[in-house]
Amino acid sequence: MSQSQQTQNLTLVQAVRDGLHTEMTNDDRVVVMGEDVGKNGGVFRATEGLWNEFGDDRVIDTPLAESGIAGTAIGMATMGMRPVAEMQFSGFMYPAFDQIVSHAARLRTRSRGRFTCPLVVRAPYGGGIRAPEHHSESKEAFYAHEAGLKVVIPSTPYDTKGLLISAIRDPDPVIFLEPKLIYRAFRGDVPEDDYEVPIGEAAVRREGTDVSVYTYGAMTRPTMEAADILEEDGVSVEVVDLRTVSPMDKETIVESFEKTGRAAVVHEAPKTGGLGAEITATLQEKALLHQEAPVERIAGYDVPYPLYALEDYYLPSVARVEEGIRNAVEF
Amino acid sequence: MSVLQRDPQDMLRVLDEGGEPVGEVPDLSDDELVTMYREMYLARHFDTRAVSLQRQGRMGTYPPLSGQEGAQIGSAFALDEEDWLFPSYREHGAALHRGLPLKRTLLYWMGHEKGNRIPDDVNMFPVAVPIATQVLHATGAAWAKKLQDEDAAVMCYFGDGATSEGDFHEGLNFAGVFDTPNVFFCNNNQWAISVPRERQTASATIAQKATAYGFEGVQVDGMDPLAVYAATRAAVEKAKNPEEGERRPTLIEAVQYRFGAHTTADDPTVYRDTDEVEEWKKKDPIPRLEKFLRNTGRLDDETVEAIESSVKDEVAEAIEAAESEPRPEPSEMFSDVFAEQTPEIRAQAEAFAEMYERHGDEGFLRE
Ligand SMILES: Cc1ncc(C[n+]2csc(CCOP(=O)(O)OP(=O)(O)O)c2C)c(N)n1
Repeated sequence: MSQSQQTQNLTLVQAVRDGLHTEMTNDDRVVVMGEDVGKNGGVFRATEGLWNEFGDDRVIDTPLAESGIAGTAIGMATMGMRPVAEMQFSGFMYPAFDQIVSHAARLRTRSRGRFTCPLVVRAPYGGGIRAPEHHSESKEAFYAHEAGLKVVIPSTPYDTKGLLISAIRDPDPVIFLEPKLIYRAFRGDVPEDDYEVPIGEAAVRREGTDVSVYTYGAMTRPTMEAADILEEDGVSVEVVDLRTVSPMDKETIVESFEKTGRAAVVHEAPKTGGLGAEITATLQEKALLHQEAPVERIAGYDVPYPLYALEDYYLPSVARVEEGIRNAVEF
Repeated sequence: MSVLQRDPQDMLRVLDEGGEPVGEVPDLSDDELVTMYREMYLARHFDTRAVSLQRQGRMGTYPPLSGQEGAQIGSAFALDEEDWLFPSYREHGAALHRGLPLKRTLLYWMGHEKGNRIPDDVNMFPVAVPIATQVLHATGAAWAKKLQDEDAAVMCYFGDGATSEGDFHEGLNFAGVFDTPNVFFCNNNQWAISVPRERQTASATIAQKATAYGFEGVQVDGMDPLAVYAATRAAVEKAKNPEEGERRPTLIEAVQYRFGAHTTADDPTVYRDTDEVEEWKKKDPIPRLEKFLRNTGRLDDETVEAIESSVKDEVAEAIEAAESEPRPEPSEMFSDVFAEQTPEIRAQAEAFAEMYERHGDEGFLRE
């Protein structure tokens, strides 16, 4: 942890920028690369001002080619650099998917440790901002399913900076998904100095005794709101923010469940094969005898993410989350 | 000799910036030429209105096209009825020429699924938002036409940025290898969001890339609708009826400029000089064609006024129609995922409907 008490009040996207800035200052092996990350400062301003400060060789506007970005970043990473590649939107990451899953994820294993891939791939992800087609998907399960990748999804500005610094320092490839719905939704105190938030540790955002609710990213907010409403009705909700979806902090997940015996999972990704299924299976494996109700999964539907006139119906709303939690409690 | 047989660095022009002919005027009737002008004018007016709807919060993010009317309408004009069009996300003008109602385009950018439904009698694919992906679809579609012995060319639009993606190279490579009836039309508007053309490729022209795939590439002045028409028409004809030893596909690089932002979510002043915009405005395709048509006695004040007012009415009607479209039913989300709804999707749709019944819009809509 940082010694300094100095903090800034930042939005989540400003915390991304601050994390990049801090680590680029600390370590000149760190380069930022991607589409429009340079002079434009990123379409969400996540790299604003970095190009002015660090120049063309460290903040690199690449040609429009995701496979090119990921693949060359892998090459750079193997040769001792610390590339942070931005994918403009996670929905456009698929051309890079082959490079990420076939190569970044397996390089250490394939070369028996000779080559490693200390790479971070950042992408704004998720829905809720009235964006056009293909800009709102939530496909973290693809990456979590791939051995050899770590998958981080922060929900607060403080965690964002700390987790990003950890990701850059991590000796393995990290997929860093930034919930763009909350890029500017609120501010939080962020230390000016560098600090790490460890990858692989969940945070208990709210303690409770009746039901455990597992969530992450942008869905943490409607979950907390629903918990407030339920509190008024005398239901005590514990909210666990995973922060890292792979590796998943199963210890914290199970510990919470052993206390409450009831659970709900909230994510905006489609229900089938989503991380809710992984959490549910974990509870079944590790805490079956504590289980007093079926685990509720409050998730996106198994349909392509709709155009924005319908997106509010697709995304778990406070009312939907509240109802789901109630089902788990009242079973 | 075909206009396509030229050095890819030699830019084809028919009208100069003042609308004076400097090349061979293509064989189009007076009516067709005036229609071309009208459609360009319509595309410009539509674009201006669409940007303002977005600013007023009546529409979501929208990609403007102003400056690109000559390339869009000039090229679409060269297609025959049976030909197909694979657009990017900015070809509202070309789509309009093919018969896609303006209302559909508006609905799409207003976030309605309905806007993506291309009427059955319009040979056109839905908008492609992921860059360059449509290039491969267009190659496959043209390949199908060839295998099915159908005489149809397939037009595919994309930007200069798209030429960096693997899909672009794979699409052109397949087209060359399988000699498919494709016209690849690159709208080189100088910028891919904030990244200038020079950051996409170190080759002198985009047109010359065709050489590597074994077919012709030609550079045209994209703000000269008649040059665009001439090149595209030759490419369409060659796609369907190649001469002995000719390859069917062609890559056309239309050199042009987009006057406005990349999309309404973008601020070009961060990366683009206003002087640059002013320079390109001198090449504006609309006054250029207008001057030519006036000088040759095909257009006068009266016709221009009539066009202006009919265009305004047409766009106003389309906006009115799009805005009176009711909010889509939430259940639409669950339809058309598969030919037949799977049990899981049906269960999710039912659960949703029950919940909707209980909560109404209040339980879902934010803001
Ligand atoms: C695969 C993919 N990557 C990134 C994006 C985000 N994006 C949308 S448009 C654009 C620039 C496209 O430039 P260009 O191909 O030149 O076409 P233009 O918009 O200038 O007409 C980018 C990077 C995307 N839509 N798809």
